[in-house]
Amino acid sequence: MRLVSHRGGEIRPTRSVRARVALAARLSLSLSHTHTHTHTHCAGSMVVDWTEAERRAVTYVWEKIDIDVIGPQAVASVLIVYPWTQRYFGAFGNISSVSAILSNPKVAAHGKVVLNALGLAVKNMDNIKATYAKLSEFHSEKVNVDPDNFRLLADCITIVIATKLGSDFPPDVQAAWHKFLDIVVSALSREYH
Amino acid sequence: MSLTAKDKSTVKTFWGKIAGKTDELGAEALGRMLIVYPQTKTYFSHWADLSPSSAQVRKHGQTIMGAVTDAVGKMDDLCGGLASLSELHASKLRVDPANFKFLFHCIMVAIALYFPGDYTPEVQVSVEKFFQNLAFALSDKYR
Repeated sequence: MRLVSHRGGEIRPTRSVRARVALAARLSLSLSHTHTHTHTHCAGSMVVDWTEAERRAVTYVWEKIDIDVIGPQAVASVLIVYPWTQRYFGAFGNISSVSAILSNPKVAAHGKVVLNALGLAVKNMDNIKATYAKLSEFHSEKVNVDPDNFRLLADCITIVIATKLGSDFPPDVQAAWHKFLDIVVSALSREYH
Repeated sequence: MSLTAKDKSTVKTFWGKIAGKTDELGAEALGRMLIVYPQTKTYFSHWADLSPSSAQVRKHGQTIMGAVTDAVGKMDDLCGGLASLSELHASKLRVDPANFKFLFHCIMVAIALYFPGDYTPEVQVSVEKFFQNLAFALSDKYR
């Protein structure tokens, strides 16, 4: 599967990213998104209504941010601002201080993995639940992450984006982005039993 | 999650930095909250215009941020210092305390917009703890 970044250039992923992308590729999803529909019914589940303005806002944010910068900063933030989240990163080496977290290459790499995965949702806004079904199961069964952490990370992503976009992040764009992340968090929490 | 001496000093120092912009931050934060968390509009149904540019919204945002700034000086006893404000919210305004975190999130987004370089994760953790303690103190008199 050829990976194209949100700016159209090809991504050459690391082995860990390849593993996760292989996981995503096993999901049944179409990577072409429809422009005309504002409303898609996902089989047997909640309907997400997107206005065209909301779709544009989410895409606008996505195209403006550098996920290689935002990702590492957001994951570092969540480990610093909500230190109990460090429980999941025992294998990451030194995360014992703010400076260690900020300079830890595994934290940075994980940030890129997370934002690349978020990109799947941006490309599949009408099918976020199905897009993340396997990832949700993975976080529940294999990684055993308390889903409340997804909300914490989502908040950190938003704050980091705000520091980068400034006046390019007006209230209506923030609202659409917040709605999008809410749905992502909900989809990632869905397969927990 | 109680405020350490380091948290208090970080918050005080940071508030000194943003002192000149608190009016804009308050107006920005309230305006965003009403849009990002539309359920909060239910508390302002008596206002004709709930858009971020509305004079009432901006003025009220400033009032709120003034009270937050006031609370920065009361961090040693937030429950005591905010007793009458808590009483007001509990018995007269009757704002569901679950909403406080929505406003505080929007204040933090506003801070991030206006002070991107200063709002580091280390500052954020102390500011967020302050807001959490503030929310707790504000809900103290509810029941």
